[in-house]
Amino acid sequence: MAEKKYELQEIQKLQGHTDRVWSVAWNPVAGTDGTPPILASCSADKTVRIWKQNPQTSAFNCVGRMRVHTESVRSCSWSQNGHLLAVASFDGKVSIWNKTETGFEFWHFLKGDKNIEVESVSWDASGAHLATCGRDKSVCIWRVEDKYTFEVMAQLRKHKQDVKMVQWHPSDEILFSCSYDNTIKVWPRYSDHDEWNCTETLDHAKKGHSSTVWSISFNATGDKMVTSSDDLSIKVWGAERRQSGGSYGPWKHLQTLSGNHDQTISSVHWSSEGIIASGAADDAICLFEENQDGLESGANYKLLLKKVKAHERDVNSVQWSPKEVGLLASSGDDGTIKIWKLISPQ
Amino acid sequence: MVAGLINANPIVYEKKERRPRTGSVVLEDEYAVESIDHMVVFSLTFLHHIRDIKDPEHPYSLEDLKVITEDAIEVDDKRSYVRVTFTPTVEHCSMATVIGLCLRVKLMRSLPSRYKVDIRVAPGTHATEAAVNKQLNDKERVAAALENPNLVDMVDDCLAPSFE
Repeated sequence: MAEKKYELQEIQKLQGHTDRVWSVAWNPVAGTDGTPPILASCSADKTVRIWKQNPQTSAFNCVGRMRVHTESVRSCSWSQNGHLLAVASFDGKVSIWNKTETGFEFWHFLKGDKNIEVESVSWDASGAHLATCGRDKSVCIWRVEDKYTFEVMAQLRKHKQDVKMVQWHPSDEILFSCSYDNTIKVWPRYSDHDEWNCTETLDHAKKGHSSTVWSISFNATGDKMVTSSDDLSIKVWGAERRQSGGSYGPWKHLQTLSGNHDQTISSVHWSSEGIIASGAADDAICLFEENQDGLESGANYKLLLKKVKAHERDVNSVQWSPKEVGLLASSGDDGTIKIWKLISPQ
Repeated sequence: MVAGLINANPIVYEKKERRPRTGSVVLEDEYAVESIDHMVVFSLTFLHHIRDIKDPEHPYSLEDLKVITEDAIEVDDKRSYVRVTFTPTVEHCSMATVIGLCLRVKLMRSLPSRYKVDIRVAPGTHATEAAVNKQLNDKERVAAALENPNLVDMVDDCLAPSFE
């Protein structure tokens, strides 16, 4: 059988940030109906940059720079309709921005009790709720209605250490969080109430990670989840719907992928075509795809390719474009963002 | 801030006489380097960057207090990997995280950026060894610590050259 040879081709290197770029996020709707793709990037230089693809040249240009935080900007999340951008900062605040015809309009800050680092933000599929988390070990859920109306709906304090990332399920009203305490927690919404309870903790006993869990991502259908850790492994999890119309769960460990990175794996992201990308502090990006043999049940992912020295230094974030197949963005400690194209063998 | 010092009476070791660098160890001479164990050369050079860092609580260097010794640094140049192992003066030393931060900052400023630096306390020398090691190597915690002006001041004080 001939060996398939995929290639991850560097399309463009985006420069402009003056310090490490912690993360990138693609606008979920830009890139359809003739609108050019838009990417937001967050940096330790305290700014958020907005990059837009020029339809004529196909190059991404920086079209905006937002500077409102007094410390590192750690991550950001777009609402599902692409109109709002929530930005998390080490200064303890989350800024909310509204995308207008001409640019970005600052709405307001979401502030916690203390000025403790906010490390991740995530909008749910409906756009009604925004989850935030950080160094104070808590997960907060907010309702953001408009420029003047926002309130905290829940403060969830079950993690024993810093919460590194929050990520909503792609379709269900379930929030997932991962932490320095080595666990992943599952928080489904309690019927129609504004109440979220931790119903599952995926820890070492459940074949979970043995060190800090940095990142969570779901596949398109939402029945599988992938996580990455400081323990140098990537884990694939799966769940079924509890009953017809019920939520996904309980989550079971399906596969552990190790030996691909030799430093902390900061980020994983699952493309809509089913390819898992990982970025790590070893400067590399790895891509994994499911074995098509169909011989084994559960999950059988294998390494598709490893891009060594994808960045000059640690890779902090990898994100597949939601609209263009095979288009990947990555960001690193080298202060750059790279746009890649996955080329399939002819 | 802690009111009393963690270790009011540290043991100060006699300064080891430093052997002057002879011609055969000079890095400019590429041919000389080939014949010497790369690891030794790199270790000694990197050690040079950190031996004079001052202890956060006392006017002595980390080397004076044997927090850092000649065996403190392991280098794998091919993999761009450096491991620093230090020995806090007391088992419950809460200054361990500050010392770790000082080591990391000094190496960050002194080494080419390709190096991955791993900092840990010597096994058996700290009551919460695993917890300290984890904290010292969590990039996000380190980054946030370095955005704390009080901590940065402390680190800069430790890294400031002292004139004898």
